[in-house]
Amino acid sequence: MERVILHSDCNSFYASVECLHHPEIRNKPVAVGGDVEQRHGIILAKNQIAKKYNIKTGEALWQARQKCPELVIVPPRFELYMRFSKLARQIYMDYTDQVEPFGLDECWLDVTSSVVKGDGMTIAKEISARIKYELGITVSIGVSFNKIFAKLGSDYKKPDAITWIGKDNFKDIAWPLPVGDLLYVGRSTQRKLTNFGIHTIGELADTPREILCSNFGKWGDVLHCFSNGYDSSPVAVFDNSPLVKSIGNSTTTPRDLENDADVKIILYVLADSVARRLREQGFKGRTVCISVRDNELSSFTRQHTLKSYTSITSEIARAGLELFRKHYRWYKPIRSIGISITDLVCDTMPTQTDLYCDERSRERKEHLDTTVDRLKNRFGSYVVQPAVLLTDTQLSGFDPKKDHTIHPVGYF
Amino acid sequence: MAYKKYVEMIVKYLEDGTIMPLAIHWNEGELYEIDRVVDIRPCASLKAGGAGIRYTCMIQGRKKYIWLEENKWFVEAKGDKLNVG
Repeated sequence: MERVILHSDCNSFYASVECLHHPEIRNKPVAVGGDVEQRHGIILAKNQIAKKYNIKTGEALWQARQKCPELVIVPPRFELYMRFSKLARQIYMDYTDQVEPFGLDECWLDVTSSVVKGDGMTIAKEISARIKYELGITVSIGVSFNKIFAKLGSDYKKPDAITWIGKDNFKDIAWPLPVGDLLYVGRSTQRKLTNFGIHTIGELADTPREILCSNFGKWGDVLHCFSNGYDSSPVAVFDNSPLVKSIGNSTTTPRDLENDADVKIILYVLADSVARRLREQGFKGRTVCISVRDNELSSFTRQHTLKSYTSITSEIARAGLELFRKHYRWYKPIRSIGISITDLVCDTMPTQTDLYCDERSRERKEHLDTTVDRLKNRFGSYVVQPAVLLTDTQLSGFDPKKDHTIHPVGYF
Repeated sequence: MAYKKYVEMIVKYLEDGTIMPLAIHWNEGELYEIDRVVDIRPCASLKAGGAGIRYTCMIQGRKKYIWLEENKWFVEAKGDKLNVG
């Protein structure tokens, strides 16, 4: 049976929510921007009027102001966006329980079995009208027979539009589009495809699978499936506590980091937040990953798998720091840094003790962490700190656990 | 131009958890009784700027919208009078 998949994308989500709450700026070019003082001064989202000035997400606020001096820049309010994201999901849940979020502002819906509510286009129209009426923002919806084309459909026409990409018309609508519009065809894949003379999704679909596979490995298979509409990945059933694959925090620091001591401070703050979140959610992890970006914005990531699963702050921090020392040579100062832990298991899982390490001391560290967690929950994150954080309070004075860092989890 | 004004409310919680507004405070000492709630639905207010549950209330024979936004109540206000109707 042919599936009916919707992909709903809230148009300029952060900016739309801000414009709803500020009627006085609704007719002006508006962007949501980070805090310049904290060096988070980039555009996070912009409204339709700002788009006409060619304001781009991710560019510096000063660049945006050069293009459009009258641009109104408002600070982000993530709690508000989370609320609206939740409200939108509640509307989607009226039609199906197969609602799979992709970031805060996008969702896939499988409405194959929602026939009582009408066909795909009818449901899309109703959802679009309800979001507008109940939330005061607009969505673009793609309706198709698989997730990839549904996503393509929601990007096809914006804002406030519905696009149908069915088996009868996908060759006319999807195939002429540039290959970079396809989900997961990023800049580097696109570059490689261009070298093969593949510029559109149609050209990609026409390329024999074997040729793609011999050049892209198993990724070639995926590209072949995606472009031909063979994608059969299901829309996940919505679960209030989605499966956690990794826990991480990163930050752009208030000043460039110049040496190992600076990095130690930041990694400690981040690792503490990561470890506390691990413990709060009842996980332990084994693979520590760091990401480093220097002040010329080139970045890399490195990971290391520990011998045993852990949620101990000091072990995670040390692993992160060791990774960093091993892989960074200080050619340039650092602008932002992150640490995450994957390969998670429940902390109730029995673990194999190690003959060659002091398990009793590890247990003591776990008790210490739990005690400190309790203190921090009662009196705030700053009540107990490692001494290293007090050497530079400007650097250490942020609380990543309270910040909301939001990004879509991977498709696979 | 209309603006968003948060207001003090007197409400009743029903057994099933529904919240019913009974009266709205306006400025110092002005209390308007709500005669009847004729409609309750999720709705955005473009004029005031916000979204929540909109209660359509009859006050002194005229229709007035009052929003419950999470745990706060607001109205679309114009000037300092409660313009019922």
